[in-house]
Amino acid sequence: MADLSLARVADPEAAAAGRRFLAGRIAIYGILGVFALIYLAPLVVVVLNSFREQPEIARNGLINLPRSFTLEAWSSAWGSYCIGGTCEGMKRNFLNSLAMTIPATIISTLLGALNGYVLSKWRFRGSEALFTLMLLGVFMPGQIALMPWAFVLGKLGLTNSTYGLVLVHVIQGISFTTLFCRNYYVSIPDDLIKAARIDGAGFWRIFRKIVLPLSPPILIVTVIWQFTGIWNEYLFGVVFTSGREQPITAALVALTAGGTTARTYDVMSAAVLIGALPPLLVYFFGGKYFVRGLTQGAIK
Amino acid sequence: MSSLVIRSLRKNYGAHEVLKGVDLEAQEGEFIALVGPSGCGKSTLLSMIAGLETVTSGEIRIGGRLVNSVPPKDRDIAMVFQSYALYPTMTARENITFGMESRGVPKAERDAAVKRVAALLQIEALLGRKPGQLSGGQRQRVAMGRALVRDPKLFLFDEPLSNLDAKLRVEMRTEIKKLHHRVGKTTIYVTHDQVEAMTLASRIAVMHRGELQQFAEPHVTYNRPTNMFVAGFMGSPSMNFIPAQLTRADDRVAVTFPLADGGSAVLPLATDVAAERIGRAVVLGVRPEHLSRYDAEIHARKPGIATLSAPVEVVEPTGAETIAVLRFGALEVVGRFEPDSAPRMGERIRLGVDMTRACLFDPETQRLI
Amino acid sequence: MTIAMVDGEGVSFRQRAGRWWPVVVLAPSLLASFVYVVVFTLWTLYISLSNSGLLPSYGFVGLENYASLWANRRWNIAYNNLFFFSAFYILGSMAVGLLLAILIDQRVKGEALWRTIFLYPLAVSFIVTGTVWSWLYNPADGVQMLVRSLGWESFSFALASDRNTAIYAVIITGIWQSSGFAMALFLAGLRSVDPDLVKAAQIDGASAFRTYRKVILPTIAPIFLAVAVVQIQFAIKTFDLVAALTRGGPGVSTTFPAIYVYDLMFQRGQIGEGAAAAMMMLAALAVVLVPYSFFVVWRRRRESRHG
Repeated sequence: MADLSLARVADPEAAAAGRRFLAGRIAIYGILGVFALIYLAPLVVVVLNSFREQPEIARNGLINLPRSFTLEAWSSAWGSYCIGGTCEGMKRNFLNSLAMTIPATIISTLLGALNGYVLSKWRFRGSEALFTLMLLGVFMPGQIALMPWAFVLGKLGLTNSTYGLVLVHVIQGISFTTLFCRNYYVSIPDDLIKAARIDGAGFWRIFRKIVLPLSPPILIVTVIWQFTGIWNEYLFGVVFTSGREQPITAALVALTAGGTTARTYDVMSAAVLIGALPPLLVYFFGGKYFVRGLTQGAIK
Repeated sequence: MSSLVIRSLRKNYGAHEVLKGVDLEAQEGEFIALVGPSGCGKSTLLSMIAGLETVTSGEIRIGGRLVNSVPPKDRDIAMVFQSYALYPTMTARENITFGMESRGVPKAERDAAVKRVAALLQIEALLGRKPGQLSGGQRQRVAMGRALVRDPKLFLFDEPLSNLDAKLRVEMRTEIKKLHHRVGKTTIYVTHDQVEAMTLASRIAVMHRGELQQFAEPHVTYNRPTNMFVAGFMGSPSMNFIPAQLTRADDRVAVTFPLADGGSAVLPLATDVAAERIGRAVVLGVRPEHLSRYDAEIHARKPGIATLSAPVEVVEPTGAETIAVLRFGALEVVGRFEPDSAPRMGERIRLGVDMTRACLFDPETQRLI
Repeated sequence: MTIAMVDGEGVSFRQRAGRWWPVVVLAPSLLASFVYVVVFTLWTLYISLSNSGLLPSYGFVGLENYASLWANRRWNIAYNNLFFFSAFYILGSMAVGLLLAILIDQRVKGEALWRTIFLYPLAVSFIVTGTVWSWLYNPADGVQMLVRSLGWESFSFALASDRNTAIYAVIITGIWQSSGFAMALFLAGLRSVDPDLVKAAQIDGASAFRTYRKVILPTIAPIFLAVAVVQIQFAIKTFDLVAALTRGGPGVSTTFPAIYVYDLMFQRGQIGEGAAAAMMMLAALAVVLVPYSFFVVWRRRRESRHG
């Protein structure tokens, strides 16, 4: 060991290479650090402000170290803040979003799994063409469907209702979930299905006993993708619902748009966090699957 | 009684013909190997026997019953797949019993069957493990267990050894042979490996481009191949094909072909077949092991040996034997020699050709004369 | 694998029913997708050719709505904004994403943490992002106030309040939100490059920079295209980001087609013209996606031929 380190000191080229390597490392961490600061700053600002008192924010500015602490903003944003005449905070909208997102996520994921199973393991003449048709739904801009949806929801009596949004999101979501599951199931060897058929298993038994037990990875990816996507959606929410029936994204815009009065950054910060929390939690706990969903959604 | 009969079986995918009318039958307890290069239709044929592919025309009978439209599970067959197709989320035991469960066999009966099969294959200790925790050879055994437990009329194997390494493949080959001997069930075995076919089968069906080329006992397929495709496919290194002319020499029918030094070789045939073709072109087929260093003493005792000499271009010792590439005119000819009498690189060797084992083919039809 | 279609004798009712399960299972989703993709699009197309005002009506007026749409200055601004925004947004997030991916690929410590930091914006909605950034851009409360309070009294940072620069505020926020996405895809791509290729380049004496430029990046070229196509879709459909960040203002300086469609349909009661604007959005998407999907099919065929 001693010999080795002596040799290193004695070798000027090695020392220079060492210095270059160190400089490179510093540059790498430096650049990453700066970007990390930019990426984290908005989150930090919002979190801090949600615990500050509004007068102190007004005095010291939005971006500043907190010199007060209160939970007032959170309770106000949750339960009592006034948006457009009603003073119930975000609670109701938060629950609306849950009531919309959870069923829509479950239903669209289940349908996607079944469709993916059929389209990968029980192909029939024309099934590829049908798959392509379903795929087009991924690319449709929501704006194209606004008027037809408004009409259909009206006929079904689902205007201004969370059920209506569930329906819209399920049908829009089928394309994604089918795409995800089908591409995953394609990688399950066909021999497995053949073996099961020789073993006497039919369509449903093969799905239940063989395909479904292999599905958790893709189901988690799909659920995460659908959950964050539907929770964060705004266009359909603002168009098809109003007031107390709105999902949280629409309510947030209504809350922060309250133009004339002085901005209450404390409450708005808490409200923004309430709206961002569920997808953020999903992201922090399912990050690996979240990334997998992104890459799958993009590259296929 | 025939346990499998196939009559003029055809399969088309749209305009593409995969099987062009295949006839085949297996006697009770027979081991039939389906061999051929990839894309020859052998796996499609197996899938059709299993009921996993539809029949375009023709008929398949298992144990006398027409099964063209019978679903796989009711055909009384079992199948071992190339990829093993073990259900990855189930233990070895669950894999083996899945089929019985599907058919509603009571638990006591299932347990007894697993016990019997596990003992037979010596996999008792592995039953609680999942496929991911098993080695290649162990997976292979479990896959066979899943097939054996059904006690079917017909066993189907789809290249079951091709995913194993060379050593294990030889071991499992022996294992399968023993097993077949003990169980005695009719078996259809698809492989692209002619050695597997030779060692295992009671009869070999050689397929090429959707057609059955030859269906016969291994030694017949090897020694009297019906055409140049079968002759070239069976055996490694392959049979040498030497374009030649049929002539008469010393009152015998002989083949003649040009040599590297400008002269020509004249090899009398062992029998006077094909006398009516004298003067016409033929293809002489000689297997590498039927070439040897000429030894007057030994060869005097053996009839039907013709001689010629040829330069040696490459020598490849493998230990047990030595493969050498020899030059016959414009052709490269491969010979297989005992290491003791092996040629040396650059040598000009005097060869003995065992004409009693040589085959003659018609260059037009490629058929055996 | 194809379904073995069984026929003739010896086929029980159960088997016959079983054969139809795949179709039965698929049918509802197919019907829904068909209605959603085909019927809704044709329906909107029809509305765009009708004299619908506050309520849909079906008097056919030909291309009148399209003519009046393109005659409108605000629509033209919106359409131009879309191209301007798309170009800078896509290039910006690809550049930032690629830089971050390459840095993270240098075997840095705490890779998972860096990735988590750069990707989290993607989990939150455009609404949340837009709202928070609108505060930061606000001269009276945000970055400008911070810097001024630190002593630099003349500092000015009012991107979003100036009609000439507001579009850049949208672009920067968009890049912040989605460069993590580009990073994740690029990183996955970098990791998929055959390490032997990199070793071969090193033995050939290529510098790290040259290795990236000449060896690694060309092999992940398809990822650039995939990232671009996904982000163009974001750009064309994006309604939320602008709605929360600038609401199309100041004036009409950050109006986008998506915003304009909403305004026409639901604020101004010009459903026919709104539908025409929506059809133009679809056209913009098609211009990008149709050639791309042909390209993907072509590439897949070529690969399977050589495969």
